[in-house]
Amino acid sequence: MRRVKRILPRRRRYSALAVLRHGLAGNRAWPAVWREPEPKPAYDVVIIGGGGHGLSTAFYLALNHGITDVAVIEKGYLGGGNVGRNTTIVRSNYMMDGNTQFYEHSLKLWESLSHQLNYNVMLSQRGHVALAHSPDQLDVYARRANIMRLNGIDAELLDRDEIAKLIPHVDHSENARFPVYGAIMQPRAGTARHDAVAWGFARAADALGVDIIQNCEVTDFLWAGERIAGVRTTRGDIAAGRTGLSVAGSTTLLADKAGLRLPIETHVLQAFVTEGVKPLLDHVLIYGMDHFYMSQSDKGGMVFGGYLDGYNSYAQRGNLPVMRDVAEAAIAALPAVSRLRLLRQWGGLMDQTPDGSPFITRTPIDGLYLNAGWNYGGFKAVPAAGWCFAHTIANDAPHPLNAAFTLDRFAEGRQIDEFGVGPYTFRQ
Amino acid sequence: MLQIPCPFCGPRDHAEFAYGGDAGVTRPAMDCDDLDAWVDYVFIRDNPRGPHREFWHHVHGCREWLVVERDTASHAILGAHRARERRARERGPA
Repeated sequence: MRRVKRILPRRRRYSALAVLRHGLAGNRAWPAVWREPEPKPAYDVVIIGGGGHGLSTAFYLALNHGITDVAVIEKGYLGGGNVGRNTTIVRSNYMMDGNTQFYEHSLKLWESLSHQLNYNVMLSQRGHVALAHSPDQLDVYARRANIMRLNGIDAELLDRDEIAKLIPHVDHSENARFPVYGAIMQPRAGTARHDAVAWGFARAADALGVDIIQNCEVTDFLWAGERIAGVRTTRGDIAAGRTGLSVAGSTTLLADKAGLRLPIETHVLQAFVTEGVKPLLDHVLIYGMDHFYMSQSDKGGMVFGGYLDGYNSYAQRGNLPVMRDVAEAAIAALPAVSRLRLLRQWGGLMDQTPDGSPFITRTPIDGLYLNAGWNYGGFKAVPAAGWCFAHTIANDAPHPLNAAFTLDRFAEGRQIDEFGVGPYTFRQ
Repeated sequence: MLQIPCPFCGPRDHAEFAYGGDAGVTRPAMDCDDLDAWVDYVFIRDNPRGPHREFWHHVHGCREWLVVERDTASHAILGAHRARERRARERGPA
């Protein structure tokens, strides 16, 4: 465990002793988790978007760079966007240079995050197992595992017997439509409590002096000549030395107002959770013959995710064909779930890019910085995206970890093409 | 389920179709040597919140490529016609 700098004053820190002390006092004296300040007329840095990424950016601006005159401006309420709409999976099993190192940095930050924030984000490193259904698929996984290990990331290959021992409910019979040949496993990967991540970052950033302003929509930018000098909001104009855009799903709507054309299209991705059952699956399980991932939440619900719905959409709701595909894949992978009922289903908006990789970068417009294009991968990236975006804003230059996540990589032929399916946003 | 009014087959579930993306882009002339125009054509899309013209391929039907106008916020379908009609219109009278 890395040692972390303590952020909160002793009397505000959460601990077993605090639970006891407040419990004896009838739980009436707990301090507010964060303030609800009125927006000031000007800040050094304004971050648009109070999701996981925006809050994490504000936190690391204050912690790593000493910039505390920061406002995070959120249109809705904290945790109402994608940070509360994902399948909570955290991993770093990426193969392309740029992504590999970035996501591993993120996983390392996750590992000390609860201590760093003094907020339990319930990181559960339960292991991430992706099934292979043919010898060729296992060869591809072996290549991925080798690249990960060369980068110092944990990766193991499993054969069918090992999978049967690890996850006995997987259909590993010879008679399966797509028999299981093996799997790639990242033992340090797992899940985290998504709401706690938003709340934990918000509380820690607030304690360091960041103003978190909810229910405040940015409607336009303020300009000083060719430079962006702040934002126009539903609660008045706010001047800013530097403005960071961190609004995945709605990036284009704001970038359009800045006159910035981006290689991003907005798509909807669904997630599903079943009724709660007793412990059934203690890993994150990926089915190899479809795009399907599942884990079991701490409440016992089975959490499912699959492909994008596949057409441009700003509606935060999904459609039935994907639900059917997800249900089919779930039953093929883990037949025991066939009689569970889906309890809830929801959709979140994805910034899809032509190579499936994100942007953390300066923009051609002075004063405006961009964190966007997270495709499916935004949640696991929350700590490192904030960490790198804060560095980029504070230094007006990227950190080596996000130096590849630029806008001009398409013109220069440096795409980070993790999937190799061509420049189609809806197939990433 | 979206229902796409195929001009040949009538209203059909969108599960019969394959999505083909933004129909608003036009390929530069083959001898165009402006790199920005090619980057725009391959990578940059409008991504509106509202009416969007997009290609759908009726793969499990008549196999015709269609241009469908659809609202990306409400998913309402505003119209559909053959993609080749657009080509003919753009080319103008012979």
